[in-house]
Amino acid sequence: MSETADRVKKIVVEHLGVEADKVTEDASFIDDLGADSLDIVELVMAFEEEFGVEIPDDAAEKITTVKDAISYIDEHKG
Amino acid sequence: MFDLTGMTALVTGASGGIGSAIARGLAAQGARLAVSGSNAEKLAAFRDSLGGDHVAVPANLSDPAAVDALVPAAAEALGGRLDILVNNAGVTRDNLAMRMKDEEWQQVIQVNLEAAFRLIRAAAKPMMKQRFGRVISITSVVGQTGNPGQANYAASKAGLVGMSKALAQELASRNITVNCVAPGFIRSAMTDVLPEAQKTALLGRIPAGDLGTGEDIAAAVVYLASKEAGYVTGQTLHVNGGMAMV
Repeated sequence: MSETADRVKKIVVEHLGVEADKVTEDASFIDDLGADSLDIVELVMAFEEEFGVEIPDDAAEKITTVKDAISYIDEHKG
Repeated sequence: MFDLTGMTALVTGASGGIGSAIARGLAAQGARLAVSGSNAEKLAAFRDSLGGDHVAVPANLSDPAAVDALVPAAAEALGGRLDILVNNAGVTRDNLAMRMKDEEWQQVIQVNLEAAFRLIRAAAKPMMKQRFGRVISITSVVGQTGNPGQANYAASKAGLVGMSKALAQELASRNITVNCVAPGFIRSAMTDVLPEAQKTALLGRIPAGDLGTGEDIAAAVVYLASKEAGYVTGQTLHVNGGMAMV
């Protein structure tokens, strides 16, 4: 597992208060991890802060699974 | 009760009549303030009159870029925390609707409503992280009752009420409350310019028989800003001596 993946999962666990083993790469934030739309906004803010990337709204809308977040961050972090 | 020690607050329009009373009220309960206003000199003098380690952050709320910069600047000056946002700044450009110019409509909506939205949008970020926030917008009895010559002002104030109810629902799960305080007729620069005959007529419509004071408004704001008011959200607290009961 990549370093990005570790850090993303840690943020998801902290923000959503879910068990670490539920945060698989295929897990959907809303369908599998019980996030609501405001949780998604907060997660995106937390990713931006943790990785120093900017995630614009149109990109954020496409991030629905843990894997989506990891891929976006890996492609865009400096 | 209503102790605000350890909390920080941004108050717009803080050097004005009602705004300065609100700032003094919050400071008296222990909050540390960033006071804002368009007149930097007047604002600095007001900050100095407060004593303590409050900060002045001037901003022209008719400039969207300045509005967007205000919350980050205030939060930084306050050490990164923003617990309370008081949208108090407001302007009037009274005119009968048939004579009202586009600019008169736009200026009032821009300062009274749009700037408030931009400030809340920005403040929600630190408040969500903190899992605590208090947003209080100063609306007006005329947002509820209307007033001839104030189509723009009444629309902006009614707009604040609807907007606050929507935001209250969006943010309630993060322990952020969004409420309004609606003053009736309060002694201020705005009411001082009314003709005497109009003031007399006004008093006849106020069961309490007197104009309100800035302190009456400040007390309502302090309550809504407090931890004790955490279960109150999406509400408008009318402070008007009984002139409108809604």
